[in-house]
Amino acid sequence: MPQLDFSNPLTIAQVVWMAIIFGALYYVLARYTLPQVAEVVDGRANRIAGDLDSARAAKAQSDAAIAEVNEAGRRASAEAQAAINNAIAQVKAEAQEQSRAADERLNQQLEEAEKRIGEARRAAMGALREVARDTAGALITRLTGQAPDPSAVQGAVEGAMAAARS
Amino acid sequence: MAAEGKMDALGQFELHTALGGLGRSVNFTNSNLMMLLGGGLIIGLLYYGMKPRAVVPGRLQSLAEISYSGLLSMTEGSIGPEGRRFFPFIFTLFFFVLMGNMLGLLPYSFTYTSHIAVTFGLALLVIVVVTAVALRIHGMHFFSYFFPEGAPKLLAPLIIPIEVISYLSRPVSLSIRLFANMVAGHVMFEVFATFIVLLGGAGVLGASIGILPLVLNVVLVGFELLVAALQAYVFAILTCIYLHDAVHLH
Repeated sequence: MPQLDFSNPLTIAQVVWMAIIFGALYYVLARYTLPQVAEVVDGRANRIAGDLDSARAAKAQSDAAIAEVNEAGRRASAEAQAAINNAIAQVKAEAQEQSRAADERLNQQLEEAEKRIGEARRAAMGALREVARDTAGALITRLTGQAPDPSAVQGAVEGAMAAARS
Repeated sequence: MAAEGKMDALGQFELHTALGGLGRSVNFTNSNLMMLLGGGLIIGLLYYGMKPRAVVPGRLQSLAEISYSGLLSMTEGSIGPEGRRFFPFIFTLFFFVLMGNMLGLLPYSFTYTSHIAVTFGLALLVIVVVTAVALRIHGMHFFSYFFPEGAPKLLAPLIIPIEVISYLSRPVSLSIRLFANMVAGHVMFEVFATFIVLLGGAGVLGASIGILPLVLNVVLVGFELLVAALQAYVFAILTCIYLHDAVHLH
């Protein structure tokens, strides 16, 4: 087996040359070639990570904007509802106030009218007594030909009126 | 060789000086020439592959990046985050072995990984590096590696020699595994190729039977490609495991 022929100087010489070649290969790869690959690969990884980060930031921003819009809408609708409720309450209060004022005015007018009616009736009653007395006096004068006693006529009228009233 | 009427399946492993008179004067062998070629190929692949520095890589750049990222994840996966320091070493080792195995499959080439001197030299390098790393990181505490914590003291006379022998046998198993795989594959090629020639010279019947070793050799090429990649991977991953032990001491 040529591999085990250690009397051949080439068997060991190839190992010495291998050490040199392997060392040189390691040096070139570690020093120049692999960093070049690492730069490209890591650069890509960084770029992807950066893009993902900015995408994530943009998404967070848009999410915040959407939340803001929703919040604003909710607030606006709540405000509008409050305004509507307010207006309704105000209108109701006004209407109540108006109707109360109208009632009061009507009651007042009614009272005044009643008072006026009472006065008119009293006045009418006073006038009736006089008319009755005069009429009774005139009737008696015509029938009997002599003027009656005014106090008797007065008493008779009073009695008749009290009877009529009761 | 068979063509010369001499059936020598081992002739393919014979060393010669290469590069003419210059090589003869410094004992530069055909195996070293293949090493140079392999090293040149991997540097060329990385250099020309990464030249476009494209964000979306082309074919050659993908190949270069896959070999970089694949080995990096293997290194970091088995050693840990500290493994990045050793990555150039693992990378060089893997591609040095892979190129030796792969280039050896080409006709008229030479398989330098089929030489025990070469594989043992590489394994020795690995074990020296691993031991140096362990001593550098852990100092004298490294020697506690040979006596696992928690083992009964009574068993120390038994455990320590076993651990020391297993540690020292690492380079032996590492180098013989690669060497034996490569030699076996190439001897099989040559033996079956010899059958083809012998049967081919034995009339019509012999020639028709001679198809069989030919088919077998075609299948063997595929198999040997697998072995070539696998053995390079095994060499690299075992180095990673040894480095893991050196960094973490179990």
